[in-house]
Amino acid sequence: MSNNNSYHVSESGHYGEFGGAYIPEMLYANVEEIRTKYLDIIAEPDFQEEFNSLLKDYVGRPSPLYLAKTISEKYGANIYLKREDLNHTGAHKINNTIGQILLAKRLGKKRIIAETGAGQHGVATATVCALMNLECIVYMGAVDIVRQAPNVARMQMLGAKVVPAESGSKTLKDATNEAIRDWINNAEITHYIIGSAIGPHPYPDMVTRFQAIVSEEIQWQLKEKTGKDHPDYVIACVGGGSNAAGAFYHFLHDDRVKLILAEAAGKGIDSGHSAATSILGTKGIIHGCMTLLMQTADGQIVEPYSLSAGLDYPGIGPMHAHLIKSGRATVYAATDDEAMQAVIQLSRSEGIIPALETAHALAILDRIPFKEDDNVVVNLSGRGDKDLNTYLTYIEDHKIQL
Amino acid sequence: MKTIRQTIIEKGNNILNVYFTAGHPTLESTEIIMKSLADTGVDLIELGMPYSDPLADGPTIQRSSEIALKNGQTISNIFQNVKNIRKTHQIPIIMMGYFNQMLQYGAERFISDAHLSGIQGLIIPDMPMEIYERDYQNLFIEYQMEISFLVTPMTSHERIFQADRLSSAFLYIVSQSSITGNQSGISDEQLAYFGAIQSMNLQSPTLIGFGIHDKETREIANKYSNGAIVGSAFIRTLENSKDYSATIQSFMSRLESQ
Ligand SMILES: Cc1ncc(COP(=O)(O)O)c(C=O)c1O
Repeated sequence: MSNNNSYHVSESGHYGEFGGAYIPEMLYANVEEIRTKYLDIIAEPDFQEEFNSLLKDYVGRPSPLYLAKTISEKYGANIYLKREDLNHTGAHKINNTIGQILLAKRLGKKRIIAETGAGQHGVATATVCALMNLECIVYMGAVDIVRQAPNVARMQMLGAKVVPAESGSKTLKDATNEAIRDWINNAEITHYIIGSAIGPHPYPDMVTRFQAIVSEEIQWQLKEKTGKDHPDYVIACVGGGSNAAGAFYHFLHDDRVKLILAEAAGKGIDSGHSAATSILGTKGIIHGCMTLLMQTADGQIVEPYSLSAGLDYPGIGPMHAHLIKSGRATVYAATDDEAMQAVIQLSRSEGIIPALETAHALAILDRIPFKEDDNVVVNLSGRGDKDLNTYLTYIEDHKIQL
Repeated sequence: MKTIRQTIIEKGNNILNVYFTAGHPTLESTEIIMKSLADTGVDLIELGMPYSDPLADGPTIQRSSEIALKNGQTISNIFQNVKNIRKTHQIPIIMMGYFNQMLQYGAERFISDAHLSGIQGLIIPDMPMEIYERDYQNLFIEYQMEISFLVTPMTSHERIFQADRLSSAFLYIVSQSSITGNQSGISDEQLAYFGAIQSMNLQSPTLIGFGIHDKETREIANKYSNGAIVGSAFIRTLENSKDYSATIQSFMSRLESQ
């Protein structure tokens, strides 16, 4: 059904003026195969059964919804953390890779490729490939290989081949370019597991559907805890936008729920070293979809910057571009320094070390005018084990007294 | 001036279309290379607009694009290059780039400026045929801009007919399912695919590209279509060239049958 007021994807693969599939002919057959089959495959009872049982027994879902007392007091609202960090492999990314590996099997694909920034999606892909005994190749920017070294080791331990992307700023965008080129070269036998709500239609919608379990659980968990089935706010960090899409999904058309995105300002929005796509970006095409991206007047993509590898991306998923442009979601940008403050604060006050990406969602809490009995859900998208080296170096460099 | 399609149809076979990235190795080289190609008897020039993120391109074109952008290449400058050589040379020129470049420049302004500079055709590999037909075909017709769509070994018959119908320059037959610059030789499977397209009685002339790099691969392209498109192999010879004209002559003789 096409509904112009919908925040869901349209029949043609669009979210308002964003989305679509702008791909060279070499990828048409593959993307078309997924587009024509994904909804039917996902709806099959045996798919649903396998998906749900893996999420429960393998991933460890449902992930807890935890009322964080100290930060609730600090910000003057009931702040719940949706503990995606407690999933197997340590982030929300595995919800999507479980779904896509089951799809890949049903499409008869023998070879799996993925891009990764922070390495969480790479680890989640390597994990499901080990589980399903499929070949796994992960593209990762050379800069990210250094700053997220623990995840590189995990991928190797799981039997995946990690291939460095050496072009551009050697980060997530460049890893995605390399993965797409691999897909063109090996289209017939390969499924590309995109790790965020980006790429040509139907990827943003497919990834969103696999992540939608997050908001589905928030609904009943919050009801159990508060008697209300909806929060007043849902807050998530946004790189490409998969954890945010999952946390928002069941509330998209519920006007009682304010949707908040946190993007990476890097060294500051106007510093020339930023990944604040919604502010610095304009409408254009990146990785096969129409969305907001950082680019020059000539349409050249601008290299982004964020201390956080998972948010260091010059685009944003088309669903979020639409949510932002239509006013349904509000975006705040947090700098590296603000995110680091939030990391230290959550570690010390709640005993939870968040991923650097996730910390951006925590860093903007003081800018939102909460009312005292507001129920606020922050999607705690991942844990910070992978970032410990970055954290300790930062603390030392900035002579922070703990 | 003759259209690209007329040029191909009149000569009929052994068409040679040479691709290179505008602004590589240097900004100044673009006009010299175009003139030199025309003077050496090349039939068609395919001018690449360097892009920051060329998804369908292999390492050679990635590198040439990066260098061209570092040299400060812009779309306006490419239009100016073409305008300049039009004073002396009539060789048909088709420009190839990514859809985002055309959109950011402004689609109508882009097509109109390309036309005014003397560019006769465009290849935009990531512009979907459906979008072209819905939003841009009328503009292309208005500005007498020709277009070529790509087909690959994975393209269905139905889509090959669609690409044939919408292409006003030639139909671009991508020789293998790969990015540009792959030189793995031509398999029996590929020959069967070329043969199948040949027997479809398409209305457009056809050129085979991707992986054409020597006499043998060019001969195959000539046999199964109206001719060949050579890109990465040519760009590689330019990389260390001191004398573009001499480099181009020796490269062309490598592609000629005895
Ligand atoms: C823990 C964590 N959160 C968030 C992200 C950002 O991705 P997305 O915007 O798709 O949720 C990443 C990406 O690597 C991540 O590892």
